[in-house]
Amino acid sequence: MRPFDYSRASSTADAAQQAAGGGTFIAGGTNLLDLMKLEVMAPDKLIDINRLDLSQIEETSDGGLRIGALVSNSDLANDTRVRRDWPVLSRALLAGASGQLRNKATTGGNLLQRTRCLYFYDRATPCNKRDPGSGCAAREGFNRILAVLGTSEHCIATHPSDMAVAMRVLDAEVETLKQDGETRRLTLDALYLLPGDHPERETVLEPGELITAVVLPAPIKDAQQTYRKVRDRASYAFALVSVAGIVGLKDGRISHADLAFGGLAPKPWRNAEVEELLIGETPSETLFDKAADILLAEAQGYGANDFKIPLARRTLVSVLNELTKEASA
Amino acid sequence: MKTELTINGTQHKLELDPRTTLLDALRHHLGLTGSKKGCDHGQCGACTVMVNGRRINSCLTLACMHDGDEITTIEGIGQPDNLSPLQQAFISQDGFQCGYCTPGQICSATAMLEEIAEGWPSHATEDINDRPSLTVDEIAERMSGNLCRCAAYPNIVEAIRKTAEESA
Ligand SMILES: Cc1cc2nc3c(=O)[nH]c(=O)nc-3n(C[C@H](O)[C@H](O)[C@H](O)COP(=O)(O)OP(=O)(O)OC[C@H]3O[C@@H](n4cnc5c(N)ncnc54)[C@H](O)[C@@H]3O)c2cc1C
Ligand code: SF4
Ligand code: FES
Ligand code: FES
Repeated sequence: MRPFDYSRASSTADAAQQAAGGGTFIAGGTNLLDLMKLEVMAPDKLIDINRLDLSQIEETSDGGLRIGALVSNSDLANDTRVRRDWPVLSRALLAGASGQLRNKATTGGNLLQRTRCLYFYDRATPCNKRDPGSGCAAREGFNRILAVLGTSEHCIATHPSDMAVAMRVLDAEVETLKQDGETRRLTLDALYLLPGDHPERETVLEPGELITAVVLPAPIKDAQQTYRKVRDRASYAFALVSVAGIVGLKDGRISHADLAFGGLAPKPWRNAEVEELLIGETPSETLFDKAADILLAEAQGYGANDFKIPLARRTLVSVLNELTKEASA
Repeated sequence: MKTELTINGTQHKLELDPRTTLLDALRHHLGLTGSKKGCDHGQCGACTVMVNGRRINSCLTLACMHDGDEITTIEGIGQPDNLSPLQQAFISQDGFQCGYCTPGQICSATAMLEEIAEGWPSHATEDINDRPSLTVDEIAERMSGNLCRCAAYPNIVEAIRKTAEESA
């Protein structure tokens, strides 16, 4: 690990101020320290935000939840309100990492974790995300875990978070504090950038912009929620494909359909056309197949990850079957 | 960097390079070599300790981030002449072979049984609004952050199950 200056932030304003000179926040440290040990990330200055008062989960006036950026993944998954009203979020968190890691990992850090692309981690190989302009070793290399949607010729990495997929399907918004004291709220769609020509830019956050909370809107009524994660082993592995779904039925027809996908793209993926197709229709295998056609119309494999395209189709169909069956029962 | 840690009930004042992980502080600076370094990247669980009662990977956190915290390591869970029930069960159920993963397994399982007692759900829990039960699937899922190269898994699960059963 390269040497760095270490300091603690005493308030959110202090954190923003300290970051003004160019600093990197550390929360749980489970992703940042991993990357610092490999010198994939080498900040000069670490600002420890763990003592900030951002560990509360509060109810909002419109029936939603405001989740502090430092709430641990364990505490969020275990919250009785989340388990009851936003189960897709609990399920996604519980499907991620391990008991030890979830105790340390925070809500803000989870959103900003970096890709697990093997070449990003391996400093001996070219990687446009780690070293802009150096090339992408993954396109013709071991890309089994990488993306089939939303990629660019410069990067085909996936965003690895399970939690973010659930947050996306729930229409969560990220609350931030900028260095100049201004606050803003971003949807997850607006937060994350696609790689395009600049895979090193992953979010719209400015240097030193602190995530203070994630806000969930009121729970969706009369709909079933699930998180399905497909991976190489039953536990403690990142998603190859995951689907977060919230689907409602009324009089035998689909009245509500929110779907987000992990493991497929550089950001938690959502496709409004897929959801529009389903609304108002009677559940059927043909309909679900058509939904998958739309989702995967532009999917492109790079060899070792070709299998993700049929896998995504089958996972989506299976999830839709599950959610429409239970709702009608 | 001045850092104060309470480890197994004893206060320690340390002066550390900020890069020092909690694991290295325990092993290299305090001679508490029970916690093991397997991967140093959060992937194996050999370094598991409890911080303020919760299990974490001590290799993926900096010691200075824990100024003022209470840490329990395997040395604090029990000693050769005063074994904890779980330690005893690992012996009687043959829950290890080489033993390298064992301190991490025991620290992790000690905290995991607390988590179950508090009603935390897991990926293996059928109804996450219900109290979890201590099935083999639940134990395996909750212990998935602790790898064992010797694959002593069946006996590890048995040691945990027996301990929980006897304390119930
Ligand atoms: C072995 C292993 C297996 C894993 N498996 C999974 C898995 O299956 N699914 C999954 O989803 N995840 C998995 N993870 C990843 C884990 O979820 C992340 O490491 C964790 O969520 C990151 O949170 P943190 O608080 O530790 O972040 P940190 O490491 O502290 O920070 C990550 C990044 O976010 C920035 N940051 C943190 N907080 C803020 C804030 N409030 N405002 C602005 N910037 C901030 C930091 O500067 C840093 O760049 C795994 C990790 C490991 C090591
Ligand atoms: S896919 Fe992206 S992260 Fe992976 S090597 Fe290519 S540029 Fe780097
Ligand atoms: S040494 Fe910490 S998890 Fe392997
Ligand atoms: S007993 Fe050898 S690694 Fe587990």
